[in-house]
Amino acid sequence: MALQTVFFWILGILAIAGAVGTISARNPVSSAMALVFHFFMLAGLYLTLQAEFIAVLQVLVYAGAIMVLVIFVIMLLNLGNEEKLKEGSSMRKISGYALGSLLTATFFIILIFSDSDMTMLPNTAVAAGSVEQLGRILIQDYLFHFEAITLILLVAVVGALILARKKPSDKNLRGEY
Amino acid sequence: MEFLNNISIEHYLTLSGVIFSIGAIGVLTRRNAIIVFMCVELMLNAVNLTLVTFSAYLGDSNGQVFVFFIMAVAAAEAAVGLAIVLALFRNMKTINIDEVNLLKW
Repeated sequence: MALQTVFFWILGILAIAGAVGTISARNPVSSAMALVFHFFMLAGLYLTLQAEFIAVLQVLVYAGAIMVLVIFVIMLLNLGNEEKLKEGSSMRKISGYALGSLLTATFFIILIFSDSDMTMLPNTAVAAGSVEQLGRILIQDYLFHFEAITLILLVAVVGALILARKKPSDKNLRGEY
Repeated sequence: MEFLNNISIEHYLTLSGVIFSIGAIGVLTRRNAIIVFMCVELMLNAVNLTLVTFSAYLGDSNGQVFVFFIMAVAAAEAAVGLAIVLALFRNMKTINIDEVNLLKW
């Protein structure tokens, strides 16, 4: 599993870098680009875990569909840098970083004191992540949930259309709809 | 270097915890509603990584089916959430979440 080791460290560090870029970039578009980068690194990490189907879904759904939607909205609103937004109190910023660091420290303490014997991927991992196995489980065991999720997506599309629609009553300053 | 060479389940879980915490810091410190939304996506992805890790190390496909469902719900959440941001901007001419405080006590 030497290859898994190398790829874990490279992809893991780059994924953290992408996450830090997402929360620290001033410009929303650079923030979104850092997030797309992070999603690609995460897809690579899924590949090191032998989860090919999820890795492909990650790129298609997150890096493809969701981020296109986010960038589309950023372009539509045309906001520019966050400096134009009123600066929040530094008190909340400090407490935000403190709480986040506390959360990280908690995770580290839990994981340092855990002693699992799962030190390497089992041979069953390849079958567990295969498209054949996942498709079979999805259609046989989770058929009802699969149909329910299609309904959720339909409701979300209708809801998004209703929320984002311009009502005839709200005219802009030039009197256009 | 045992720690560097043998990638155990703890390595992936720590990475996932760090990404989740970074997302939480972003939600707590940023003021732009779209960036807060992206940080929530970051946290969702950290949870997905945890589920895939357990699924792979236990050799059980059910965790990856959960990730599939989480991705579908995240797509629905993205559509509705961004529509809310659009409606917010149309009504209040701002997406600074500090200025959107009508429901704040």
